[in-house]
Amino acid sequence: MAGKAERMTGARAFVECLYRENVEIIFGYPGGVLLPIYDELYDAHLYHLLVRHEQAAVHAAEGYARATGKVGVCLATSGPGATNLVTGIANAYMDSVPMVAFTGQVPSSMLGNDAFQEADITGITMPITKHNYLVQDVKDLPRIIKEAFHIASTGRPGPVLVDIPKDITTDELDFVYPDTVELRGYKPTFKGNVQQIKRAASVLKGSKRPVIYAGGGVIGSEASKELLAFAEKIKAPVTTTLTGIGGFPNDNELYLGMPGMHGTKYANYAIQESDVLIAVGVRFDDRVIGKATSFAPNAKVIHIDIDPAEISKIIKVDVPIVGDAKHILASLIDHVSECNTKDWLDKIATWKRDFPLFYVNRDDVIKPQYILEQINEVCPDAIIVTEVGQHQMWAAQYFKYKEPRTFISSGGLGTMGYGFPAAIGAKLGRPDKIVVDVSGDGSFQMNSQEMATIVQNNIPIIIAIFNNGYLGMVRQWQALFFEHRYSHTTIENSVDFVKLAEAYGAMGIRVTKPSEVKAAIEKAVEANGPVLIDFIIEREENVSPMVPAGAAINEILDLEDIQ
Amino acid sequence: MRHTLAVLVENKYGVLARVSGLFSRRGFNIDSLAVGITEDPTISRMTIIVSGDDHVLEQVMKQLNKLIDVIRVIDLSSEEFVERELALIKVNADANNRAEIIQIVDIFRARIIDVASKSVTIEVTGDIEKIKAIQTLLKPFGIKEMARTGIVALKRGSKSL
Ligand SMILES: Cc1ncc(C[n+]2csc(CCOP(=O)(O)OP(=O)(O)O)c2C)c(N)n1
Ligand SMILES: [Mg+2]
Repeated sequence: MAGKAERMTGARAFVECLYRENVEIIFGYPGGVLLPIYDELYDAHLYHLLVRHEQAAVHAAEGYARATGKVGVCLATSGPGATNLVTGIANAYMDSVPMVAFTGQVPSSMLGNDAFQEADITGITMPITKHNYLVQDVKDLPRIIKEAFHIASTGRPGPVLVDIPKDITTDELDFVYPDTVELRGYKPTFKGNVQQIKRAASVLKGSKRPVIYAGGGVIGSEASKELLAFAEKIKAPVTTTLTGIGGFPNDNELYLGMPGMHGTKYANYAIQESDVLIAVGVRFDDRVIGKATSFAPNAKVIHIDIDPAEISKIIKVDVPIVGDAKHILASLIDHVSECNTKDWLDKIATWKRDFPLFYVNRDDVIKPQYILEQINEVCPDAIIVTEVGQHQMWAAQYFKYKEPRTFISSGGLGTMGYGFPAAIGAKLGRPDKIVVDVSGDGSFQMNSQEMATIVQNNIPIIIAIFNNGYLGMVRQWQALFFEHRYSHTTIENSVDFVKLAEAYGAMGIRVTKPSEVKAAIEKAVEANGPVLIDFIIEREENVSPMVPAGAAINEILDLEDIQ
Repeated sequence: MRHTLAVLVENKYGVLARVSGLFSRRGFNIDSLAVGITEDPTISRMTIIVSGDDHVLEQVMKQLNKLIDVIRVIDLSSEEFVERELALIKVNADANNRAEIIQIVDIFRARIIDVASKSVTIEVTGDIEKIKAIQTLLKPFGIKEMARTGIVALKRGSKSL
């Protein structure tokens, strides 16, 4: 539709573009060069959430994207505002999350002069964005924004940054939003090659010990239904990586839990003994595969992925299928029949019985795993968002996820301070869901200022701090590999978290006894507002089982026994 | 193994940084890089010479293809191709040895494009070996300065990319 072009400023066009992309929420923080854009946002028909630190804006945009499947949008000013986005952009890049980050920039005429609050943010973010733009002419703004959303959300999703010099926001253009995108260098493969799909089916035909290893690509391509149908058709067990959690119902008997460093023993054993490994939307991360040369030594590997660069990057793949996981699984289903896996599933059942995930509960001190079981009891349909550390691994192990987009965690980058702002984004994207930030006492302090944001905007989030007085995950490694020399990992008595919550005007609850855990969670759910629960947990609990870094994934330590 | 890559890219700011960044991030050394506009002014062509392990090269090519501004990537070394480089070499020269230098220049079908009282500047075109050879022969006279364009290459025959 080539409607009549309306004359307007770049700032006005910016808002118009967001309307055309159906953006409903934007996470941001203003600054000098953004004044014209913020003036337009003053009465725009979209929700702008004012955070307290730009890092929170970018993580919140990511949490929103992961909870909804839509593109997350954030906005920061030039210089320090832009550089404060860097960690979050890198996080979204590592975990392939669709995002468009907008930054203000000094006026074009001052670029390169070390002007006040100038930072070369397109240069800085080149290796951590799928693509980025510096807008040089206001006439290009609509096309660039259209392309940014297209690139962020198609193919292998990822963050795109658009840097907008101040003069661009005040210059005028005849606004027309393009209907289509013309990018001759960007044509992601969507449909899988039929020949390859047939080859995969023939490799699967004689398989007696197949394992499906599924990751974030299953969530990203909305392929969980197809994954379930495929697994049930061939009768193969399924393991999901940290970013794939929720992609397969955890209560299904074919489910193996998470693989890798803190995965279940039976997932790791199954991979190691598999004869065919069907890898779907995964990138063979070192935290999953351990020692690459010993990974799945007897398996023929089928790899389904949207990104050709992931094929044979780490592990030699026998049958690559490049394309969209949902589409490929759907057509693979038509080419396969049930595998003879009865003995295999029996063997796995024995492993599950002999080597379950376990912890020794106590009634005098709170075990972190117990808290997760209780959260699962009280709000089984919640979205669990995590920070990074031991609590993150327990959240991956002990909550039963039933649907995609209910577990949101920083996988590839492992960013402490991610969870709380990501939970804000998730809650705004899914207001119907209870959202719990499973947090550590260390991680929470990296973005605790966002308490102000959730209180001011009355965003109901439950922050569950797993308070062990330690940078626990690092302490665990020090205990295991550095003779318990706890160098700079003790953070006890950092702050009274309950009083901190109250100071912001939120509800704070301290829980010191196992018997109080459930009631506290119930109270937090009922409050339906910003609540922080400070769970004082067993200080030196270890995450178990554990495959030491660089070992084969069947060389597993049982840390629960050591204690 | 030495590879000659032809990379067609959008003729836009920042593309060279994107491409070279990809190599440096992977610790992959570029032996030669030449960039110029093509018959289509919106497209630039980069000719990149790299030597390295095939697995790493495959990754680099895939990563290059992922760049939005990269339109095509071809490893010319997998087929018949022609390659040329131009070098300018300033050599010490005086009345005593100028004739000898001119002889070398003639043998290599190079040209003298500037003469001064104590030096001559030579223009030579050829593949890597030829440039290396003339450089070796000129060395005893004393090479004062040398500038090279980097190699450019095309497929042999009537087919284009
Ligand atoms: C930004 C950042 N800095 C440092 C680290 C390294 N690191 C990983 S886990 C961890 C400790 C986390 O402590 P806490 O949040 O209390 O969680 P716990 O392990 O105690 O559950 C640290 C320091 C990191 N992942 N991210
Ligand atoms: Mg801690």
